Amino acid sequence: MPSPGLKSGSALERVLAAGRFAVTAELGPPKSFDAGVVRDKITLLKGCADAANITDNQTGVVRLSSIATGIVMANDGLEPVIQMTCRDRNRLAIQSDLLGAATHGIRNVLCLSGDHQSAGNHPEAKNVHDLDSMQLLRMLKNMRDENRFQCGEEIPGGGPPLFIGAAANPFADPIDLRHYRLAKKITAGADFVQTQIIFDMPLFRDYMKRVVDMGLHEKVAILAGVGPLKSPAMARYMRNNIPGMRMADEYVERMTGAVTGIDQDDKHARRDAWQAEGIKICVEQIQQIKEIEGVAGVHIMAIEWEAAVSTIVERAGLLPRPEVTTT
Amino acid sequence: MIVAKQKELAKLKKMLHGHRKVLAVGCGTCVTVCFAGGKKEVEVLATSLRLASRVDGEALEVDETIVQRQCEDEYVASLEERIQDYDAILSLGCGIGVQTLADRYPDKRILPGLDTTFMGRPSEQGVWEERCQACGNCVLDRTGGICPVTRCPKQLFNGPCGGVRDGKCEVDSSMPCAWCLIWERMGRLGLMEQLMELEPPKNWSTSRDGGVRRIVREDLRLPEDDGA
Amino acid sequence: MLKECSHQLEVVAFCCRHCAYAAADLAGGARLSYPTALKIVELPCTGRVDVLHILHAFEDGADGVLIAGCLPGTCHYLKGNLHARQRVNHIRGLLEEIGLGSERLRMVNISAAMGARFSELATELVETIEALGPSPLARISHQDTQNGI
Repeated sequence: MPSPGLKSGSALERVLAAGRFAVTAELGPPKSFDAGVVRDKITLLKGCADAANITDNQTGVVRLSSIATGIVMANDGLEPVIQMTCRDRNRLAIQSDLLGAATHGIRNVLCLSGDHQSAGNHPEAKNVHDLDSMQLLRMLKNMRDENRFQCGEEIPGGGPPLFIGAAANPFADPIDLRHYRLAKKITAGADFVQTQIIFDMPLFRDYMKRVVDMGLHEKVAILAGVGPLKSPAMARYMRNNIPGMRMADEYVERMTGAVTGIDQDDKHARRDAWQAEGIKICVEQIQQIKEIEGVAGVHIMAIEWEAAVSTIVERAGLLPRPEVTTT
Repeated sequence: MIVAKQKELAKLKKMLHGHRKVLAVGCGTCVTVCFAGGKKEVEVLATSLRLASRVDGEALEVDETIVQRQCEDEYVASLEERIQDYDAILSLGCGIGVQTLADRYPDKRILPGLDTTFMGRPSEQGVWEERCQACGNCVLDRTGGICPVTRCPKQLFNGPCGGVRDGKCEVDSSMPCAWCLIWERMGRLGLMEQLMELEPPKNWSTSRDGGVRRIVREDLRLPEDDGA
Repeated sequence: MLKECSHQLEVVAFCCRHCAYAAADLAGGARLSYPTALKIVELPCTGRVDVLHILHAFEDGADGVLIAGCLPGTCHYLKGNLHARQRVNHIRGLLEEIGLGSERLRMVNISAAMGARFSELATELVETIEALGPSPLARISHQDTQNGI
């Protein structure tokens, strides 16, 4: 059982409770059932982050399940944050899966609505959406704090010790209501939030100012989302194709300019130059974010580039990570 | 209203393959109003099928008729005699009409000429949009008259999600985000505070998830013949 | 094959009386010939043309159908020719699905003074239909006749 004052006793919770600037990363699960791929990524992330998220059939593409990957991670000493969407499971499956996750020592859960399956590789699937992410937050909170299933029945032996997370998007419409939405998620049950990846710093500062004015930062741990760009094409793709995403022109320009003076045909040199600039931008952003009031940590999303995380945390002055053990 | 659209000609040809004499039956109610299975549509489709059949070197006969409401036994009963002359019936009614015909004439092959799509309204001439999913438990009082079950692809009750872009839905950028509309509407009505309350999990048992639904109005049923 | 096929090509032309019909008259008066295959049907406006008129024309043996209406902006009934154009576009798609081919249906816009132009367009269209050959329905029924059906 977690120590008094802690809801789950997870490493992530303990780092935040100790008032330290937290770092979470992302481990992208493979499309295969090869645990070896997962272990390679664990090696890249261990020691660089307090915990790592595993996405749940992200963008509607089938991958190794978040919970299964989380079990491998938990056994290998990298604390997982499992993600649970409402798209693929009804309330029975969600509660059942959470009991399963808890059996394997998993404590951190991020609650999401989920990307619509029309964008993925199985667009003909039926979606579920028995619950939405807010209802999911409240259900998990009640499981943990009231020891009850959603139907009201008691959970024998008590509910799972969960550290409950939600996603926050300061950049999606309606912009003016995003901090109200955060307030609602806190009331619903969020202990921590991870924001959408930030590529519009002024807008994020604005959001945080309103959040702080409302005192929300004292009720929930806000982890700012960042991630290294790999190329100008990636920046443009994110600007044009990812819903709820803001990409300031300066980042696209910096990425484009990173290869000035390099031969058009030298693919390796161009790639290296872009990646170096992407990491540089990410580190700068983390340093800017550290100065913003109300931010409790960063969530580093190095999509299919877990290797970049260690460089980023080192240069951003976030190493070594505090040593905490889950109790 | 129920909105439907005709199946593609190629699909209909395939469905009718092997039949020689077909009766196309339209319906004078919902599918007339959405121009899928009314008198005119039946005529055009029947003619097209005859032409297409001849182009293929065959001689499919397709005759045309219409009933006022294909979902009601009283109207469908009128086809009793005529239907004997045909080896298949192509219904241009909604799925309910097809099933009514099939139940009444179980020895005849009844084929669906339409895909019944949704319950909706004409938003402009020639355009129909879905508006109701028959969830059996209407929440429109709490969402300013905008249905989140129908108009939000994720059926959120505490939306919007993080995928909104310029007020449009992440799934279809030509559609407005239903929850942006709801917040705006509730704001206009001075009811935004209500949206800050958590809407609890929906009881889906009143919708199709709970099984085939039935309404019984005892006050409208015909009394039993025997006695008071 | 159609060795001694004596199939007479038939192209039904639905002509608006305010423009195309008048133009055809003008052509006739000026002794400008247009193919005899063209069978003219006079209408008050091309907006009057219904999808069934066109489908029945093909069903009854036409090899091609022409809709001839007023120049945009000059329709006597204001927008009849525009509605006709929209309808014709839709029906061309239907003709493809049926297997008759969209090129057998065409719409043109001319004015009452364009006698020579009418003659040109009529000739062009009939030549197009000749190149396409008789309607598949005629070929088939001819084949049936040859095969003694």
